[in-house]
Amino acid sequence: MSSVAASPASDSLVAQKSPRPVLQLVDVRKVFDGFAAVDGISLDIEEGEFVTIVGPSGSGKTTLLRMLAGLESPSEGYITLRGELINDVPSNRRPTCLVFQSLALFPHMTVGDNIEFPLRVRKMAPEERRKRALELMAKVRLPEDYYSKNVMLCSGGEKQRVALARAFAYDPDVLFFDEPLSALDYKLKKLLEKELKDLHRESGKTFVYITHSLEEAMVMSDRIGVMRAGKVVQIGTPEQIYTTPADRFVAEFFGEVNIVPIRRADGGWLRRDGKPVAVPSSLDIAGDEASVVIRPEYMRFVTEEAGADNTLTGTIFNEYSLGSRLQYQVRSRTGRTFLIEVPRAAAWKGDGEVTIGWDAGNAIVVGG
Amino acid sequence: MAENSLSAPAPKLSPGLRASLPVLVLLVAGFLAPLVTVAAYAFATPKSFDVFRSFTLQNFAAIFDANNTVWTSFVWALALAFACVAILLVVCYPIAFGLNKVFGKWSGLVSVLFVFPLFVSENVRLYGWVLFFIKNGVLDGALKWLGFPGGPDLLYTPGITLFGMVYVYLPFMLFPMTLGIAMIPRDLVDAARDLGASRLMIWREVELPLAMPGILIGALLTFVLAAGAVAEAKILGGQSVITITQDIEVAFTYAQNWPMGSALALILVLIVSGLALTAMSRLDLDKILGKR
Repeated sequence: MSSVAASPASDSLVAQKSPRPVLQLVDVRKVFDGFAAVDGISLDIEEGEFVTIVGPSGSGKTTLLRMLAGLESPSEGYITLRGELINDVPSNRRPTCLVFQSLALFPHMTVGDNIEFPLRVRKMAPEERRKRALELMAKVRLPEDYYSKNVMLCSGGEKQRVALARAFAYDPDVLFFDEPLSALDYKLKKLLEKELKDLHRESGKTFVYITHSLEEAMVMSDRIGVMRAGKVVQIGTPEQIYTTPADRFVAEFFGEVNIVPIRRADGGWLRRDGKPVAVPSSLDIAGDEASVVIRPEYMRFVTEEAGADNTLTGTIFNEYSLGSRLQYQVRSRTGRTFLIEVPRAAAWKGDGEVTIGWDAGNAIVVGG
Repeated sequence: MAENSLSAPAPKLSPGLRASLPVLVLLVAGFLAPLVTVAAYAFATPKSFDVFRSFTLQNFAAIFDANNTVWTSFVWALALAFACVAILLVVCYPIAFGLNKVFGKWSGLVSVLFVFPLFVSENVRLYGWVLFFIKNGVLDGALKWLGFPGGPDLLYTPGITLFGMVYVYLPFMLFPMTLGIAMIPRDLVDAARDLGASRLMIWREVELPLAMPGILIGALLTFVLAAGAVAEAKILGGQSVITITQDIEVAFTYAQNWPMGSALALILVLIVSGLALTAMSRLDLDKILGKR
């Protein structure tokens, strides 16, 4: 790969970690007109990893990605690539490539010319370029006769593939993705997510993907980082993030959840309605206020035969079909709305008055 | 729409055609009719007003006669027009690029400000330049006052004619060019750079082709205007060169030879529209914009 500016600071930064991360961020900040879009992020991305950064719009994830790709430079902190400081290395001299949200395909070029663009930059011979472009087209499953097709005549999914092939033609060490799938319909999105995952495995390259969609992140990633207001609030495997969210924001961001606010009293915890709450025994919460987070699928109807650690009564006021599952909205006596999701076979047969509940082991308690 | 045409079956005129009728009438009467008249005059008996009543090729025979030197006027007009367009391309591109860099999406609006001088009559502006360049005028006088030997003798040369044309037609190149450059999506330039391209390659492979519609429209517009320019050669150039437009004007006024003037005008129209159409056919807007 092309030479990147070495820095005296870089060696000491990297020496602490092993195995050596391909990308390392240390306290990276980006300030626009006094507003910190990225507010102190430290992150190690390992070789060959598929890391997804998720967050709501305005959380700073695009700015973070643009800094990694070299389209913005950080206001503070360090970004190192294979141990070399790259803060101010322009994007055309970085061995990284960004797949834009808009895809940024060159509209005046054919599919082949688009894919060959980075090869033309390297002054590769025309026959060799063509051979490589056709190889890449096969890799992203584009038919060979698309080579001379005007790229703007391709469908949305085909354009994705062209953009991907073009990025691979650059042969980067790290590929960045700025939610390129957001404009596609659901079915195509699912297909391309899986293909992208396959490509990641086959190529062995490091992928950094950003999206606001939990589902996308879950399907593809080895690790997920959750961003909020310019900070990474939690990073971990999809499993970790899903089962043990660091706080209420992460829990709520990762799908529909039921939240029960609780407060500490006499060594135990009480609900707002004064009833005691059974919580996991290993609970470690600093403050006096906390929230119990229960996913809808862990809520169930409580009957005389099947009780639960915690129960509440309410009225069903909505029922939705989710395909193989059913979801009910239950309004409790205190006026809170709860979601409960059951297999279709376990549909509620009785009248609107129900008792629902959850077991302590299925709930997560987060501070605040 | 379908219901309407069922209930009112009267004249079989599409709503679009009906709505455009006033404009059509205006265009036929105000635009097409004079053109047809000029074309007809070109075939009328020389030095007569027998339009639509005579048909002769004598006017053209006179123009293409080996002894007639009117072709030099054509050459001057086209040469000046080409030179004007070439200079404008070089002058306007950096300005348009800068406008887009500084003003972003407002650059189109800002470049409209360059059109403001058009509110003052062209002749008045050109006489302003005469005062600037004339002996003991602004330039010459100021230099003498400062103790220099005086300004160069620029007035009444083909060069100053060209200068006047560049000055007058600059907004017509700048405006479409600025819009053309504004049409280049920022992402494409970022992507090209991210894929390793140098500044020069980004310009050649991405920016220039995408700005091409605006650039070509500007070039076409200024060429057509410059080929028909008359005031610059008369006022600034002092008739040091005669352009074809001036010949046509003379034929219609002093010479009172309308058929000759019309024949010259018709040839000019053919040459200019031929060049313009050739350029237009090369310029495939749909292809450039990726619609096909």
